[in-house]
Order: sequence, then structure tokens, then C-alpha cells
Amino acid sequence: MSTKNSGFLQSLWDFFCSLKLAISLIITLAVTSIFGTIIKQGGTVDELQREYSAGAIKLFSALDLFDMYHSWWFITLLYIFTVNLTACSIKRLPRVWKLASTPTPLLDVGLEKSLSNLYVFTAKGATPQQLKERMTAFLKANFGDPTVTERDGEIHLFVQKSPYSRLGVYVVHLSIIVVFIGAILGSLFGYKAYVNIPEGGDIDKVTTRAEKDIPLGFKLRCDKFTVTLYDTGAPKEFRSLLTIIDNGQEIIKRRPTIVNDPLTYKGITFYQSSYGPSGDATFHLTAKARNGAYSVPLTLRQGESAKLADGSKVQVVESTQEVGPMMPGFSGPAARVEYTPVGKAPQVFVVFKDFPNFDEQRGGDVIFTFIASDAKFFTGLQVAKDPGVGVVWLGCALMVIGICIAFFMSHKRVWIRITGARVVFGGSASKNPAGFGIIFDGLVDKLKHAEKL
Amino acid sequence: MTSSLMFNVTTFAYLISMLLFFAFLASRSKIVGIGGSLAAYVGFIAQTVAIGLRWNESYLQGHGHAPLSNLYESVVFFSWTIILIFGILDMKYKYRIIGAFVVPFALLGMAWAQLSLESNIEPLVPALQSNWLLYHVITCFLGYACFAVACGISIMYLIKIKSESADSNSAAGGIVSTFPSARILDDMNYRAIMIGFPLLTLGIITGAAWANYAWGTYWSWDPKETWSLIVWFVYAAFLHARITRGWVGKRAAWLSIIGFAATIFCYLGVNLFLSGLHSYGGSR
Repeated sequence: MSTKNSGFLQSLWDFFCSLKLAISLIITLAVTSIFGTIIKQGGTVDELQREYSAGAIKLFSALDLFDMYHSWWFITLLYIFTVNLTACSIKRLPRVWKLASTPTPLLDVGLEKSLSNLYVFTAKGATPQQLKERMTAFLKANFGDPTVTERDGEIHLFVQKSPYSRLGVYVVHLSIIVVFIGAILGSLFGYKAYVNIPEGGDIDKVTTRAEKDIPLGFKLRCDKFTVTLYDTGAPKEFRSLLTIIDNGQEIIKRRPTIVNDPLTYKGITFYQSSYGPSGDATFHLTAKARNGAYSVPLTLRQGESAKLADGSKVQVVESTQEVGPMMPGFSGPAARVEYTPVGKAPQVFVVFKDFPNFDEQRGGDVIFTFIASDAKFFTGLQVAKDPGVGVVWLGCALMVIGICIAFFMSHKRVWIRITGARVVFGGSASKNPAGFGIIFDGLVDKLKHAEKL
Repeated sequence: MTSSLMFNVTTFAYLISMLLFFAFLASRSKIVGIGGSLAAYVGFIAQTVAIGLRWNESYLQGHGHAPLSNLYESVVFFSWTIILIFGILDMKYKYRIIGAFVVPFALLGMAWAQLSLESNIEPLVPALQSNWLLYHVITCFLGYACFAVACGISIMYLIKIKSESADSNSAAGGIVSTFPSARILDDMNYRAIMIGFPLLTLGIITGAAWANYAWGTYWSWDPKETWSLIVWFVYAAFLHARITRGWVGKRAAWLSIIGFAATIFCYLGVNLFLSGLHSYGGSR
């Protein structure tokens, strides 16, 4: 029974240690990832019904393809990948550690047979000691200072370079696991949320994407929100002035928060993300009779109409903070005004805050001037708390270091064995055998030249 | 002197370079080959000047940003990095015939950018106003350029071994006689990917760092992110197959070509066909 069990465990272990599994998993992850880039992810039911047929929705839902990167099967693939990575590393690490830490100064017959880079020649008329000196000088000049070992009448020369570079690939494997640990920490102890704050308002809790409220433990106030635009009408900057109030104290005051410059307090970060109008704006206009009979200030909400002294009516139909994109040549706030003189058809026209005399050119009996509006915005903030993010960056740093060691360094070893007048020259590298083959051939050419072969 | 004039000079120089390299293939004349390299370098200098001028022009227009912000600018920069990587290989390994298979990629990029892409200098939208733009774009495109060069070398490899097996008796003749040996091509394919892979990794990491800084999530499975990971997986498979099982030769060459196809889809396909945060305004 126990042998059967251990046989099963052994084959399970072998399965997870196999490189075939690793390459298959990498390719499977790559291919399955494509689905999520083609099929809409995280859409609402309405959106999906518009884009896909009922059959497709049924099939894709059954396979979790509408949120595949969080589906049980994709997460399982990632877990198997992690186990595979760990098992492969554990299985190979002791052997590799031994290869890196123990030099192999002897070129015995078994090792010789395993080398694909070999060159053998006979130096007629040379004694082993002469050969030893010549070969030592050759290695010293062209590769590195050799270790000399004499045993059983044979002389072995050995040089190795950067043995610990063999560990680079394990640093990369470890780094992937560190990144995963960071991601898991973030999902366990952190959250992603959002909050909308009207100008002048404050909040003390935020809402996650699962519509769950999370108390912040302090208050966040939006003092002001502004949008600036380029001449072209494209947005230039979204800016919120944010104040943090903790225990009744204003800890951070009117901190400008823009896209690419978030505000962090007590491990919680607020990112400028969206904005919108908040409530109805109030408009301050003046109405001046062309004949100078009167000039009165008007205070109006959008859609609300006011009566002038002569019985005519006026209202603001719509407004914008920036008219440039709609009416090239103009800029700044503008309002569309509807003016209805007594017993006449309504007249609709636009007044501009930055062009106060513009309405005079309209030629109407009453001239309107746009003095000010106190249109209010709300600012939309993404909120994130991610205690795992530092671990993720640690993993990324390890990954870059590991990749550089793994690619740009290799454990190169060369041996020379002198048996009488017979010289065996061999070499191997831990990586890129084709590249080392070229280096070895270069060494053989130099050796031939030095030995006049 | 304006940037657009210098970009014209660049495209013309790359065209001359490509033609000279093709003539080099046919004639095997050393001087023609040197001429091909020289034309590529002249184009590269012109392009460097042009990119600098365009950067300056954006300041004169009052926007002031590195010329890496839209599809036109990125294609131009891609072609610049391809010639940069080719130049490094040419200087280091002296197999300039590779230019015949690499310069066309750069020429294609320049011609496409100049003939059909919108070349106006636009101000940066808020999301792109960050120094991360520079680090992220430069590392990604240097990586892409390495993969482009590896792809060109792999095509040469496949042509070389095909002609060697087809007429092993008369292998001395034909255009492939100017190619480096199959073994060297295979090694250079590996070397180009070996440089490209760490750069792609850095590109993905800087992208994640920027996303975290701007939006609070370092990874959100956006199509661009996912495709960059797919490309990373393809080259990771290439490296594992090669390092651990000695997958050299034909299969390595094919993986390299598939990897570059995935790279191009990651770069252009995602922007042109899929939605996401990297739309460049190319969908207009």
C-alpha cells in the first residue's frame, strides 16, 4: 500500500517537475489569454446582448469567458504554473548549486565523453612538463588562470568563469512567485474603490466595484475642481483641490490632485479619474435696455425663467464652461439664452462671459451680459489600497536582475588534459551552446596557431 | 530645416540602403555592401536630427513633449530603433548582409508613417503627461526592434538551410553564399532575442508602474497588457526550449518569426482592432 502511494506521489512530483509541462503551460496561458482580448470583459448584460447572440452568451458564460482572467480555470492554470515553477526549481536547484559551488578540476573520460566541444592533438617531441607550461600560458592569455592538478601521471588544467550565474534563472523563477505573493496580498488586504465628491462636499467612505462601502477613517473634502483645455479643445488638465481632515484637523490642505499625480494618505491613494456636473448652476446676467431705460441684474438657475420690468421673459436654456470646441473662435463659459418679448416669438442666442460686449451686435432691444456662473462639478476619484504593491515591485526588481544574470552571464568551463604527448582540450557552457561553440572554435584556432598544427 | 524635410531624407536614405543591400546580395561586391550600411547610417543620423527637431517644434508650438505620443511618432521611433539595433550588430559582428532583411522593416515603417498617418503635433492628453511615457515607450520599442532584427535573421536562416539542403552540390553559388553560416545566424537570432527579452520585461514593468501611478492598478488585463504578456510568453517558451533542450535551428527560427508576428499584433493589432487604453487616436 505504502509503496503504491509513494509511487503515485513520485509520479505526481515528476509530472510537476517536467519541463514539458512548463512549456505546455506557457503556451496554454499565451493562447487562452487571447480569448479575453477578443471577447468583451466585464460588460453589463445589456452590452453583451447587443454584441453577441444568445447561443454565444450561453457558451461564453458557461466557460467564464466574459471575466476569464478571474475565472476558476484561468486562476487554476496560474496556480499549476506556480507549482510547476516551484517544483522545477526545487528539483534542479541542489544539482545546480553543486555545479556552481564545487569546481571540477579533472577532465576524466566520462566528462570528456559528455563534452560536445573537444579538440585532441599530439605534440610530438614535447615532455608533459613543457606541455603543461605551454598550455597554462595559452589558457592564461586567452581565457583565464587555470587550476593545475596532477594525478595518475596525467596533468589536468581547469578554468571556469562566473559559476554562480547558473542561479540567475532561479532568481527569475523566484521573482515570479514574489510578484504572485504581492498580488495575493493586495487582493486579500487591499481594495479598489471609487468615490464622487461634489465641490465643497466631503466624504468619509468609498464604494468598491462590488458596491460595498468601506469607511476611510478620515474625511476627504473636494474644495474645487477645474478642467482646462488646449486651444484645440482637447483636455489639458483635470485638477481637484483635495483636503484631508483627520480627527477634526486639516492634515493636508487644498492639495492639487491631477491625473498622474495622485494623493496618498495612510496607505490609501486617490487618483483623479472622472468628473461631471453637480446640481444646477446659477447664472448671473445683466439685462440692459438699449434705450437706457433700465439695467437690472438677473440671477437664474438653468431652465428657470425670470420676468423683466416690461413683462418680457428670459431663461437660460443650456450652458457650458468651455465653448471653444462647439464654437471655434470663442472660448470660456457661455450660456444659451431664450428671450421672449411680450407678444412676440422667442429669440434664442448665446452670450459669452469672456466677450461682454458681444450681445450689443445682435441689435436687440435688450442687451444681455454674462457676468458669472457658479456651475458646480463633482470630481470622480479612483481609490486604491494595495499593501502588496511593494512586494510586486520587489519581485519586478528581482526579475530584471535575474534575467540579466541568466542571459548575459554563463558558467563557462574549459579543461586541458595532458597524457604524455597527447593533449585533450574540452569546454562547456551552462547556456547557449551554439554561442559557446563559436568561442571554443576561436580558442582552438588560436591553439593550433600557437602549437603550429 | 524642418523635421518633415529630415524625415523625407530619412525615408529616401533607407530606400537607397535597401536597394544597395539587394544589389549586394546579387553582386557580392564588398563596396556595394559598405554603401548599404553607409546609407542606413546617413538615414539614421537624419532621423535622429528629425526626431530632435520635432521635439523642439512641439516646444515652439507650446506643447513641449517627447515625440512619442501618437501612432505616427511611435512608428517613426520604431523604425529608428530597428536601425539602431541593426547598427550595433553591424558594428559588432560585421555581417552587414543582415541589412537586406532588416532595413526593409525600417523603410516600411517610415513609408507607412509618411504616406498615410496623421503627422500633426498634438498636445498631450492628461493621461500621457508623465515621465513614465519616455521610459515605457523607449524600453518597449527597443525590445520590439530586437525582435524585428531576430525575425529578419530567422528568415535568412530558413532561406540558407533550404538552399543548402536543396542543392548541396552547388551551394557555392546563388545569393545565399553572402549569408553568414547557418550556425552563426542561429546564434545571432538567439542574441537578438536575449537583448530584446529583458527590454520587453522592463517595458512591461514600467508600463505596470505607470498604470499603478496613474490609475492605482498595476495590472488590469487590458488587451495591450495581455498581448504584451502573450509576446513575453512566446519568447519565454523560445528561451526555455533553447536553453534547456537545445532547440536550435529551424524550430527556433520559426518561434522567432511567430514571436515577431505576436509583437506586431501587440503593437498595431491591439490599437487598430481592439479597444483599450492605448488607442493612440489611431481609430479615428
